[in-house]
Amino acid sequence: MDDMRSPGDFKFSRRDLLIVGAASLTAPAVAVTTEPFVAKAEVVLKPAVPGAPVMSKVSFNVNGKTRVLEVDTRTTLLDALRENLHFTGTKKGCDHGQCGACTVIVGGRRINACLTLAVMHEGESVTTIEGLGTPDNMHPMQAAFVKHDGYQCGYCTPGQICSAVAVLEEIKAGIPSHVSADLTAAPQFSAAELRERMSGNICRCAAYSNIVDAVTEVAGSKA
Amino acid sequence: MKSFTYERANSPAEAAAAAARTPRAKFIAGGTNLLDLMKLEIETPSHLIDVNRLALDKIEPTSEGGLRLGALVRNTELATDERVRRDYGLLSRALLAGASGQLRNKATTAGNLLQRTRCPYFYDTNQPCNKRQPGSGCSAIGGFSRQHAVIGASEACIATHPSDMAVAMCALDAVVETVRPDGATRNIPIAEFHRLPGDTPEIETTLASGELITAVTLPKPVGGKQIYRKVRDRASYAFALVSVAAIVQRDGSGRVALGGVAHKPWRVEAAEADLPRGAKAVTAKLLADARPTRENAFKLTLAERTLAAVLTEARG
Amino acid sequence: MKFDTPATTNPIDQLRVIGQPVNRIDGPRKTTGTATYAYEWHDAAPNPAYGYIVGSAIAKGRINAIDLAAAKAAPGVLAIVTAENAGKLEKGSLNTAKLLGGPDIQHYHQAVAVVVAETFEQARAAAQLVRVDYASAQGAFDLAKLTDSAKPEKITGGPADTKVGDFAAAFAAAPVQLDATYTTPDEAHAMMEPHASMAAWDGDKLTLWTSNQMIAWNVADIAKTLAIPKEKVRLISPYIGGGFGGKLFPRADALLAALGARAAGRPVKVALQRPLMFNNTTHRPATIQRIRIGASKDGKITAIGHESWSGDLPGGQPDGAVSQTRLLYAGADRMTTTRLAVLDLPEANAMRAPGEATGMMALEIAIDEMAEKLGIDPVELRILNDTQVDPEKPERSFSQRRLIECLRTGAERFGWSKRSAAPGRVRDGRWLVGTGVAAAFRNNMLTKSAARVRLDSSGIVTVETDMTDIGTGSYTIIAQTAAEMMGVPIDKVVVRLGDSNFPVSAGSGGQWGGNNSTAGVYAACIKLREAVAQKLGFNSAEAAFADGQVKSGNRSVPLAEAAGDGELAAEDVIEYGDLAKKYQQSTFGAHFVEVGVDTATAEIRVRRMLAVCAAGRILNPKTARSQVIGAMTMGVGAALMEELVIDKRHGFFVNHDLAGYEVPVHADIPHQDVIFLDETDPMSSPMKAKGIAELGICGVAAAVANAIYNASGVRVRDYPITLDKLLDRLPEVG
Ligand SMILES: Cc1cc2nc3c(=O)[nH]c(=O)nc-3n(C[C@H](O)[C@H](O)[C@H](O)COP(=O)(O)OP(=O)(O)OC[C@H]3O[C@@H](n4cnc5c(N)ncnc54)[C@H](O)[C@@H]3O)c2cc1C
Ligand code: SF4
Ligand code: FES
Ligand code: FES
Repeated sequence: MDDMRSPGDFKFSRRDLLIVGAASLTAPAVAVTTEPFVAKAEVVLKPAVPGAPVMSKVSFNVNGKTRVLEVDTRTTLLDALRENLHFTGTKKGCDHGQCGACTVIVGGRRINACLTLAVMHEGESVTTIEGLGTPDNMHPMQAAFVKHDGYQCGYCTPGQICSAVAVLEEIKAGIPSHVSADLTAAPQFSAAELRERMSGNICRCAAYSNIVDAVTEVAGSKA
Repeated sequence: MKSFTYERANSPAEAAAAAARTPRAKFIAGGTNLLDLMKLEIETPSHLIDVNRLALDKIEPTSEGGLRLGALVRNTELATDERVRRDYGLLSRALLAGASGQLRNKATTAGNLLQRTRCPYFYDTNQPCNKRQPGSGCSAIGGFSRQHAVIGASEACIATHPSDMAVAMCALDAVVETVRPDGATRNIPIAEFHRLPGDTPEIETTLASGELITAVTLPKPVGGKQIYRKVRDRASYAFALVSVAAIVQRDGSGRVALGGVAHKPWRVEAAEADLPRGAKAVTAKLLADARPTRENAFKLTLAERTLAAVLTEARG
Repeated sequence: MKFDTPATTNPIDQLRVIGQPVNRIDGPRKTTGTATYAYEWHDAAPNPAYGYIVGSAIAKGRINAIDLAAAKAAPGVLAIVTAENAGKLEKGSLNTAKLLGGPDIQHYHQAVAVVVAETFEQARAAAQLVRVDYASAQGAFDLAKLTDSAKPEKITGGPADTKVGDFAAAFAAAPVQLDATYTTPDEAHAMMEPHASMAAWDGDKLTLWTSNQMIAWNVADIAKTLAIPKEKVRLISPYIGGGFGGKLFPRADALLAALGARAAGRPVKVALQRPLMFNNTTHRPATIQRIRIGASKDGKITAIGHESWSGDLPGGQPDGAVSQTRLLYAGADRMTTTRLAVLDLPEANAMRAPGEATGMMALEIAIDEMAEKLGIDPVELRILNDTQVDPEKPERSFSQRRLIECLRTGAERFGWSKRSAAPGRVRDGRWLVGTGVAAAFRNNMLTKSAARVRLDSSGIVTVETDMTDIGTGSYTIIAQTAAEMMGVPIDKVVVRLGDSNFPVSAGSGGQWGGNNSTAGVYAACIKLREAVAQKLGFNSAEAAFADGQVKSGNRSVPLAEAAGDGELAAEDVIEYGDLAKKYQQSTFGAHFVEVGVDTATAEIRVRRMLAVCAAGRILNPKTARSQVIGAMTMGVGAALMEELVIDKRHGFFVNHDLAGYEVPVHADIPHQDVIFLDETDPMSSPMKAKGIAELGICGVAAAVANAIYNASGVRVRDYPITLDKLLDRLPEVG
């Protein structure tokens, strides 16, 4: 992870985080009829009013900072980031796992933030595009996207970049792909590998050819 | 999405018991299928039991020389495991052919088996669908059915099961291990795990209510050439039109299962005897009772041609 | 500034900044997630409520009754707006169907209500509780059944029908003939950012943060719909997550955010949920196209006829699929016709290169088929039938037309001469390999465009225009234009776009944005240069602007000094005379594609792609290249997978999400090469540039189709070309 400019979230120890989670272990025992019902994340019981939102406390680390939130159990990690925490970088393109615009890195693995609940991430570490770099201090992958024009409208871009950063780690970690010729050998970086692995990130502007150039440059400079 | 209460289970038995205790409860693992459907209110659980922190995320050898794959092993981990890659390449290949890197990082062994159909009418709550709303009718019959089943379907439903992983597991004779709310465990051979739609397409597996999948076991490796061939219009991030999972031994014998053609992975052991005679003979038996629609009849040709290519590759 | 005589040498020709492959100036924001899209204006209107749209469950009919009781009682609900309680709404002049349906329903998923609640989760859940009782009516959903009743209807830039000479006689007499019918399906824009808006009212004034390509059009139409004065509507849209024509007009998110905010007394934001978008918004209409070509044995086209049918809602418009056939190839006797059927499917409208995109899909297969009939190489056949004048009005010549050079350059670069003309001959492992070519053609459109340019005392040049950047690179080419004109480095230029408080620009559509908006900035800069020269005591005709200095003779003064005692500002608009009438202005190109067709499964994968474009001055080769590769990819989608599948019983697009409506992913697209011919077009504007963003899609799909034929020997005339259409006609596996 040395290549990451602000990898605080990756370094954050899990034990530190759990303390925050443990602090919220006591739940209010009585549900108030009209107020949203708040409980600890471990067991959230039924509110008195049918259909009323069930609220839950959850805390996780985003880009190196612990965040404690009180969310509707229905809130996805994506909406928690966008609507509760006001991160603008993680995008909603489909809300159904079909586009990759919401890609974030959780515990070192890229996932679709739209298909996971915020309450399921108690104590975990999330890296969003904002955690990789800033306009004045860009991550090498962000800089390579700018240099190679690996985007147009920019809407899929944070997801593409988070994915690309994680893809290089996945290849390094020996995770094979659909196009790896030999399953038992360690996968090697190639354009074909990259295209297959990046296919969960749709770009309708179709900067694909340029994205491959950008990621290839970063992969090369890492080796 | 309807409101629901949420709990994080601490042990498999406790999870199953919680499910039995709470009406309209559901387990949530990766969430990649369940949340998709909950957003559209196709699934409306009132209570979610988060099983992610159960210690079911290991891949361990069995005493029979096979592997036990924990229910919560992520699809990425499963596809990457050295033993799986070496001895059950078919499974690794099938997993890697499915979904996207992001989804595979979340999707679990159990969740993948239990994912529901991608029939577009099932997904559109304005349309009649027997699987979603028993008795309302099947919109796919007489509608857009290019992706649908060509065999084993019924008047009530012609949906396919979308999993790639399950097709490989079917060819590998996997066994699904479960625990019931009363603590009893059982082993379900994969061939008996998924059901054909019949008159009750809403019932998709032989799991009882509250029954929790704890693992899938693979018998001891059978060797052979293992090939998973998934055919689709788009090169990646697309469900199979047809897929072929084949294990071919040096003497030409072997096993074949098809994906994308039925409500479950499709395997007919009697057809496998014909493997040495080639794809035509095998598919003739495998798909003998096929009743395709006008829009998906091409799947019969496609299955045969794909199998032929797979057998050529296996011999080469 | 009136542009009515051909451009001569001007400051743009210096090419110090213009024409350079400058990185996008909005890049650092877009790549770090700090660019603010419509749903993300957290500081502008804190604590907004959330709107969630309910779409019609039927395609045609009426709402008998809506029961809102359960939804209203749901937790967090603040307001529900339906046609019944919205007050009187006009239909926007740019919309064919109403944005809020009821009691009449015009198409599936037409919005019938918006539920506003404290949170997104609450709004979504409550929307499910809205009970609508419909009376469904019979509708027309099958274009193929309506070709006889379809009516002539004029297309953008021309009449429904054109006719030169006697097509029928010439065709009948031609020794070599082709008569073939092609179909293209309904297609979706599927831009990655869903339509989204946030609305806030301040008294009777509405502010909409939205995602829209055409600011002024939308101010006017939103005002019209709400029956309020235009001056009361402010639109802000600096970042747009793709549009492709799908965000030209107001959509339900904007109107319902405005109505929801009024009803809730709070800012409200609404994004169209992805599964609603495909039926709720507009799409590229399906076409049926009959093409007849007659030629002499040596390949000269003598007769060319193109008839096109498409459908739309009552009052809608046809696809202009015949437009390029009026201009692309020579041939003395010719005809085109356009027929429009009335369908009750969702609204058909513009999508990237409307007209030429679909027309070229058909015409360029037809040319390939003719080439085969004639035994002439398809590159050569196109060259043989090139015309330097408008074939329907030979007195008009093209302002620039270098189609032949595009074809020759591409053939050379692609290695076309190595191709086997006979299909089905090349094998690479499991792949049958083939190559295909198609011409690219798209008209260049001129529309007026204004900008304001300001100079401050630190030498910063600020450009303001309501132009939008939908991924096209407007920010960057506008900055380059101002930098070139004012003689400053690009980092001294600030560009502010997408705000209705700024001068009205051409907007983004029809590939007219780049040339016209920069020409507007050019005009404003000319004025600012005059003001600067006057202020500093220079003769403006002689003053040179370079290196942050204004120079004349041996006197040189820092530019910033002109604003020493106060900012200088200038505003102007570029307007056009009749050069576009006197000269036909079009952009040209050639596409070369190599595909593999799997011998067993008939899966089709693109292996190589090259486009050569002649489109006037390329203002920024980096961003222009991106436009072209994006368009090429969309063309691959059109060729191989994109189709909104109609349920003809119930009248809706069935595959209405991004898993069902497949667009190309990374793995579908190989490395793409783009070559720009070095060209300037003095008839187009002082920039001497033309459009590029849509040229790139025109012809690609046909080049793919022709490559598939060359690989497999199977000719498919119905798009998309999916494997099931080839399978039965491939050789046995073995
Ligand atoms: C866009 C997209 C494309 C996809 N493409 C493919 C593809 O090409 N091929 C493919 O195979 N799949 C594909 N998938 C599906 C994906 O593989 C499944 O969503 C995933 O495997 C489900 O696993 P999960 O752990 O997320 O399940 P969840 O969503 O958590 O659960 C699914 C179901 O399983 C139940 N469940 C979970 N764990 C247990 C347990 N231990 N015991 C009992 N019940 C349990 C849940 O209650 C729920 O009903 C795709 C998905 C998406 C969104
Ligand atoms: S095929 Fe099955 S899932 Fe699809 S509409 Fe028919 S009943 Fe529903
Ligand atoms: S928004 Fe999550 S995949 Fe599209
Ligand atoms: S940059 Fe627009 S979708 Fe990728």
